[in-house]
Amino acid sequence: MLFKNLNKVTLALVMTLFLGACATQQATTTTKGDDAYTGTETVKFLADGVPDRVFFSTNKSELTSAATTTLGKQATYLKANPNLNVVLEGHADERGTREYNLALGERRATAAKNYLISNGVAANRIKVISYGKEKPANPASNVLAWSQNRRTVTVKTN
Amino acid sequence: MKYKIFTILALFFILTAKSFALVSVDITRGNLDPLPTAISDFYLDSKLGDNIKKLQLESKIPELIQNNLSRSGLFFALEKKSFIQRPEPAHNKPRFEDWAFIKTQVLVTGKISLEKEGRLRVEFKLWDVVSATELSALAFYTTPDNWRRVSHMISDKIYERLTGEKGYFDSRIIFVSETGPKVDRKKRLAIMDQDGYGVKYLTLGNELVLTPRFSPASQHVTYMSYFKNLPRVYLLNIETGIQDLVGDFPGMTFAPRFSPDGKKIIMSFAQEGNSDIYTMDIKTRVVEKLTDHPSIDTSPSYSPDGSYITFNSDRSGLQQIYTMKSDGTNVKRISFGEGLYGTPVWSPRGDLIAFTKLYRNKFYIGVMRSDGSGERLLTENYYQEAPSWAPNGRVLVFYRETASDNSGRGGGAKLWSIDLTGYNERLIQTPTDASDPSWSGLLSGK
Repeated sequence: MLFKNLNKVTLALVMTLFLGACATQQATTTTKGDDAYTGTETVKFLADGVPDRVFFSTNKSELTSAATTTLGKQATYLKANPNLNVVLEGHADERGTREYNLALGERRATAAKNYLISNGVAANRIKVISYGKEKPANPASNVLAWSQNRRTVTVKTN
Repeated sequence: MKYKIFTILALFFILTAKSFALVSVDITRGNLDPLPTAISDFYLDSKLGDNIKKLQLESKIPELIQNNLSRSGLFFALEKKSFIQRPEPAHNKPRFEDWAFIKTQVLVTGKISLEKEGRLRVEFKLWDVVSATELSALAFYTTPDNWRRVSHMISDKIYERLTGEKGYFDSRIIFVSETGPKVDRKKRLAIMDQDGYGVKYLTLGNELVLTPRFSPASQHVTYMSYFKNLPRVYLLNIETGIQDLVGDFPGMTFAPRFSPDGKKIIMSFAQEGNSDIYTMDIKTRVVEKLTDHPSIDTSPSYSPDGSYITFNSDRSGLQQIYTMKSDGTNVKRISFGEGLYGTPVWSPRGDLIAFTKLYRNKFYIGVMRSDGSGERLLTENYYQEAPSWAPNGRVLVFYRETASDNSGRGGGAKLWSIDLTGYNERLIQTPTDASDPSWSGLLSGK
């Protein structure tokens, strides 16, 4: 019994010691500003002149001006083809935790969906799905690939 | 009796000294001085039949115990060939001077004999060589094919007796097995013993599966699946293979975990670009919404008494760790260091929260107290996340990914364990790449 109690006390002491010995923190920020991809690699087309995807900055779901231009073209195309339905696939890069990235992908896909709706596409024609970081377009582990993977892709479902 | 208490204390102080050595190590690998331990071959009762003898359990059981104890980082197993005394006399009456001569401080011996109906009796004794006393002795009754379980249970008894803490060897890990190229990864649920042995696959790989977690109270697992291309949380009975959709949500549910009593599943539900935290009572199917904020709220994890929840939110603008009462009130941010924080998970001891941190393009597994103080980073790497606690709250399992090259080849994920000191980091061998590990409770109960 004595042994048990003593042990508890010592454990507590040990915890205090090594928690107390903890890290010194330095300051910088890990988030970047505008690093959305602006190139054309990996991009496919829903129709002539209608790119299928838009790109996002790290940890962001705000639409860039390039993104709204692309989504504007998609809206025009979808309004001209009223029988087409689409699913918006939201994706994240591999430099984030899996669960947060699932939420981030959903937020990105919803941002794109809301833009299409505000440009006259009926909401019931659009579904969203998030794949988080599960389906990279470019499997490389570098800054270019990550920027190509932070995306929302519009896919025809019929 | 008094003498016995004295020897226990003597041993205890030896271990305490080790603990302090551990403590001073932290991330920068120092030198730990594990306890010298001799694990003798067990001896076989001569009445055992040849069918049992050919299993060679007299050496396999001690080998597995040795593997467990060595991997814990707290014990240093001495080589068998240096042992002077034979297994049988060592078990019945050790000549302590022979064992002291090879500089062991602890001796484990054992005996395997036949019980009724083909069952075995496996007895072990733990000896303190320094004070020449028996510390504990226990016998297990089992069928021969169950020898691994028995070896893990003996390992736990030894660990418990020498450290004063519960063991964690008689436990399992559920994880996601990964195969194929990164752009078309096949993921399957898999389960194995804590030491990586006996991998069994629970799903076929037809759909993407993520983040399995054990129920603390039953043979259930909760996980996320893209079955029929609808990302949802499921409940799986691993004995029967029967699986159920959790709740009826009009969108993605993800990041599931059980409440400590196993009665509820807590998870995120994403809708219209907003993820909030919900619980569902498994029996009554009653759903409760716990957070209501336009930010991302995810990765919830209960405190072991069920009264608090820690979770991940970007309501401050960036990913940080928060706590709240289990009814959703009293939300408090607890992470204030530089960088991003994710995947908080409450220790089964209740005192610490383990997390993933992204700081200057490196990923860390760390721990902090539940009020956010005392942040301590255990391991730094290119990519790692998703810590899960061993049942005794001393060890974490997590997955680590290596980068792929510019053509997209070469990247992969593996499971690693590390103890709370940040010192004893070990790869857990798996037949395929592996991610999203979750540690079970002790199989033999608390």
